[in-house]
Amino acid sequence: MTTPRVSIRAARRVWQRNATVYKRTWKLNILPNFFEPFLYLLGMGIGLGTYINEMEGLRYIEFIAPGLLISSIMWGATLETTYNVFVKMNFDRIYDGILSTPVNPKDLALGELLWGATRGSLYGGAFFSILFLFGMGYHCGILLMVPLLFIIGFLFATIGLLFTSLIKEIELFNYFFTLFLTPLFLFSGIFFPLSEMPALVQQIAWFTPLYHGVELSRGIFLQQWGWDLFWHFIWILGVTTVNTLVVLKLIHRRLYH
Amino acid sequence: MPAQKPIVEAQSLQKNYGDLVAVNSIDFKIDAGTCFGFLGPNGAGKTTVMRMIYCTTPLSSGQLLVNHLDVMEQMSDVKRGIGVVTQDDSLDYDLNVLNNLLVYARYYDLSPSQALERAEELIDFFQLNDKRLENVRVLSGGMKRRLQIARALINKPNILILDEPSTGLDPQARHHVWAKCHELIEQGVTLLLTTHYMDEAEQLCDRLAVMDQGRIIAEGSPWDLIRSEVAPQVVEIRAEGKHRHAILKKVADQVEDHESLSDRLLLYTRDSAKLYADIHALELPLKTLLTRRSSLEDVFLKLTGRGLIG
Repeated sequence: MTTPRVSIRAARRVWQRNATVYKRTWKLNILPNFFEPFLYLLGMGIGLGTYINEMEGLRYIEFIAPGLLISSIMWGATLETTYNVFVKMNFDRIYDGILSTPVNPKDLALGELLWGATRGSLYGGAFFSILFLFGMGYHCGILLMVPLLFIIGFLFATIGLLFTSLIKEIELFNYFFTLFLTPLFLFSGIFFPLSEMPALVQQIAWFTPLYHGVELSRGIFLQQWGWDLFWHFIWILGVTTVNTLVVLKLIHRRLYH
Repeated sequence: MPAQKPIVEAQSLQKNYGDLVAVNSIDFKIDAGTCFGFLGPNGAGKTTVMRMIYCTTPLSSGQLLVNHLDVMEQMSDVKRGIGVVTQDDSLDYDLNVLNNLLVYARYYDLSPSQALERAEELIDFFQLNDKRLENVRVLSGGMKRRLQIARALINKPNILILDEPSTGLDPQARHHVWAKCHELIEQGVTLLLTTHYMDEAEQLCDRLAVMDQGRIIAEGSPWDLIRSEVAPQVVEIRAEGKHRHAILKKVADQVEDHESLSDRLLLYTRDSAKLYADIHALELPLKTLLTRRSSLEDVFLKLTGRGLIG
């Protein structure tokens, strides 16, 4: 048996389907994406920042903003490829309809990843625009963030879909969010620098995706150019590629057996 | 012109799920422009056969050609040429009626203008004009089924697969669906359907494969099957066991075959009028005594010793 190759065109069709659905409700959908960063920056940056005068020589709000931006991409992209994909796959039977057309399971998976990355980018883009309002990121290097929003969105889309392709009960997502994403959110150097933490924490962090995104984003925002940024980027690209290959295979097995 | 090759051809088609043999080495051929039905009870393997044809489950072994293409090697091309109406409603509930068609057209790479033209045609044909921009949720069961069929036709397929097309519909909606199926056959579409309803199989199918426990146990036109498997007429009796025994003894010479079910006794005969009269003359207390012509249900009973439903 030969597994058909992934068709980018068919994947785009799946992406377009999601975009068509989203277009109907985007105005309602996108508003919270702007409020959320605003509240975070207000509450943590300014509220908490009153007590924390300085973090690594920065105002506290400036320290946390680049990392929070990346975490918003993480939440947006994973929400899409976990709950939303699970419902389409198991409850709404939408995939049964799609898979009886020329679209094959791997195309479907790639389409969902692209869509997850898109949603992640929208979250990140909204956050980004609020940071501008707060006066951050006014330099040319910031343009690097544009592709990065999508790439990091894609990375987290693959992580969400990986989990979705392995589980049979929707309740298990609670574990994914509480025991995986929440620790990432808290211990990836968004709120305090990991350099102060025990070596073990730092070593564990190296293996987790959010950490690299946060470091990269902060480096770009603060224009701290260096090779370490390059290696964070390579880490992200490498893990995204491997994850994509694995997840396409898993979804193929899940939907064609 | 050389004789046409069958449009669907299966050889030693087999599907296992672990230890369970869902489809057990079956062969069949379907000619273009006909309506071919798989008849059998739930769990007979009909849906699995369909899913192998429309490439959402791989074969365990054997070969299956659809439109002369191998389903294992040319999945996308096979699917491009067929339309599928799945047993469970797989409409997109996030979209309205028109968008269900337009979004589906994209999966087949129709251009937006082609898609719109085709969608409007189908909305007309299936009489969904009133509901064009309504969400799918508000449609009745019959309308949903019609929309599913419309959606399956968006790419002008030459093969339409219908898995239990009228299950769960009220009688009026069923007849509506059947009428549309007849029109499609007239337009030259090959219909492939599964059903556990006798009347549906008789109404629509030129040929039938009767399936049970993963095997095809008989094949032919509905009429041929009835004629070859059972006597043409039936006398049906509801009565207490002892009376049923008494009847069987008395009229055994007129009966070609009989089935004793939990609630009924079925006597197969060539002359039901005489048999009816003779049983009536016995003056036994019967709850029901009636005659009818033999049906596919009787064929199935004879072949498997079980009814189709239940």
